[in-house]
Amino acid sequence: MSRTFKRSLAAVATIVVAIIWAFPVYWMINSSFLTPLTISGLTPTFVPFGGTLQNYRDVTTETPFFEALTMSMMVVAVALVVCLAFATLAALAISRFRFKGRKTFVLTVILVQMLPAEAMFIAQFQMISRLGLLNSLAGVSIIYVAMVVPFTIWMLRGFVAGVPIELEEAAMVDGCTRTQAFRRITFPLIAPGLVASGVFAFIQVWNEFALASVLLTDDEVQTLPLWLRDIAQQSNLGAPEWGQIMAGSVLVAVPVIIFFVIVQGRMAQGLVGGAVKG
Amino acid sequence: MSIVTPPELDSDLHEPAPEPGSTKPPRTRARSRRLPYWLTLPAVAALVVGLAYPLGWQIVNSMREFGLAQQFGADAPWIWFANYTALLGDTFFWTVVVRSLVFMAATALATMTLGIVLALLMKAAPTWSRLVLQTALLLAWAMPIVAQMTVFSWLIDTRNGVLNYLLSLLPGVDMIGHNWLEEPLSFFFVASAIITWASVPFVAISVYAALTQVSDEVLEAAQLDGANARQKLIYIIMPIIRPVLIILLLLQFIWDLRVYAQIQLLQDFGPKGDDYDLLGTYIYGLGIGQGQFGLAAAAAMIVLLITLAVSGFYVRELLREDAR
Repeated sequence: MSRTFKRSLAAVATIVVAIIWAFPVYWMINSSFLTPLTISGLTPTFVPFGGTLQNYRDVTTETPFFEALTMSMMVVAVALVVCLAFATLAALAISRFRFKGRKTFVLTVILVQMLPAEAMFIAQFQMISRLGLLNSLAGVSIIYVAMVVPFTIWMLRGFVAGVPIELEEAAMVDGCTRTQAFRRITFPLIAPGLVASGVFAFIQVWNEFALASVLLTDDEVQTLPLWLRDIAQQSNLGAPEWGQIMAGSVLVAVPVIIFFVIVQGRMAQGLVGGAVKG
Repeated sequence: MSIVTPPELDSDLHEPAPEPGSTKPPRTRARSRRLPYWLTLPAVAALVVGLAYPLGWQIVNSMREFGLAQQFGADAPWIWFANYTALLGDTFFWTVVVRSLVFMAATALATMTLGIVLALLMKAAPTWSRLVLQTALLLAWAMPIVAQMTVFSWLIDTRNGVLNYLLSLLPGVDMIGHNWLEEPLSFFFVASAIITWASVPFVAISVYAALTQVSDEVLEAAQLDGANARQKLIYIIMPIIRPVLIILLLLQFIWDLRVYAQIQLLQDFGPKGDDYDLLGTYIYGLGIGQGQFGLAAAAAMIVLLITLAVSGFYVRELLREDAR
């Protein structure tokens, strides 16, 4: 076999695999534009020619979509702000200082990320229930902050370590206090890191299902994943409204896909590579 | 979703030591020594409230009788290891444990194999087609779990699902009306396939990144010595990327053991019952479902120990990588 033949064979195989992997995502989007009549036909419709937005209209008006969206956005906002603040401070501590217990702290941060929700959710449910915080924003936020803080510390640690301490020292020689040096020098340089880790935390909280299903049992306070489960489950009783379910799935998935693509690009760039030269 | 980063546990960045004869007042130095503790305090507090306290509750109550009566205020008597012995003497619990471990191993191995194959394919293929595949993989990787489950439920829908339709186009196959979720074995096969679909992108992209680190000189040298493609793969490439593969495999083990959301959702959209349970849904049913919180806490502790055992290997590998 010649070299070029092998390469084109690999190209064909790559494209076939790409089609297989992207197909479910394509199918979700495609089906969300089809009318109930088309979608329940015995032959699948592969391209949504003459598609309709009816599914999106129905799924947002006939179900508590906007309530769930509001709840999701509030949970994300609280968890994100608290988590980023706490994680930045901790990341500064572990990458700028040597102190007794530092190694233990770092190991805890790695290990805690491995804890599966199902090994803890009974206990977390009990705690939140006895605090009287079931079905409340505060209840899920407490658990979510603990869930995303370790990974955020871990990610930010790399960004803080990437800002040479010489920069801060130089500022302090020039008369800045430590706080000023952090605010004026380090903070702007780790801002891209804050954005990247913030987006990761956003994705985790936005998608979280297991803990939400335990802590938010009331139909009045649902996050979007719970809402999506509900519309898929309810229509399961009769003939499923697949068009609406797919429209709902698109609404939940699209923000994540957009953010995910952004962060992937960001992660690839050397972030503060050019900040100090020579 | 997480990223493998070697920990620089002993990174050299640290508080510059005060120079001898420094004119700084001692008060500042003392405060500065306490500063890192103040900085970690909020994060530690968050972890204590959200994780350590529930963990403590779980350890304590896995050794007490804690059912619905206790939930409503009755005393919880200490029964020490009775919950654990009850679970370990229960054949159904063992069935679920073995089922979960087999599910974990099968899914992790499928994910690793496909991930490595796709990474090698990306290495061999021209750039434009590699970028197309990477984009497709990113799309799958980014899908929220609940959306994954709704979409796959639709793909395998008994009556109108596109999978049954496409399979029936093959000569001699009639799958129209086939229910993929009814048979427990088929149910777990579907669950495993969905999880594999969602986890392969991370593995493929990480392995591909590792492959690009294998230097061309080494491969050329092997070629000059007469190694064929298969020998180069087995004797040169694999040993070089072995550390990455081990870390990825351990991560897959850890992640494929915690598949509560996927199994729960698949049960919600399809059949329910003991036959379709893995450890996550089993604990949920025991605790939230039946209100047997003591037993559920003991079961959760056992899952925790299994996870920690695997994580221990993971951390050891990370540290070993770091020491290189």
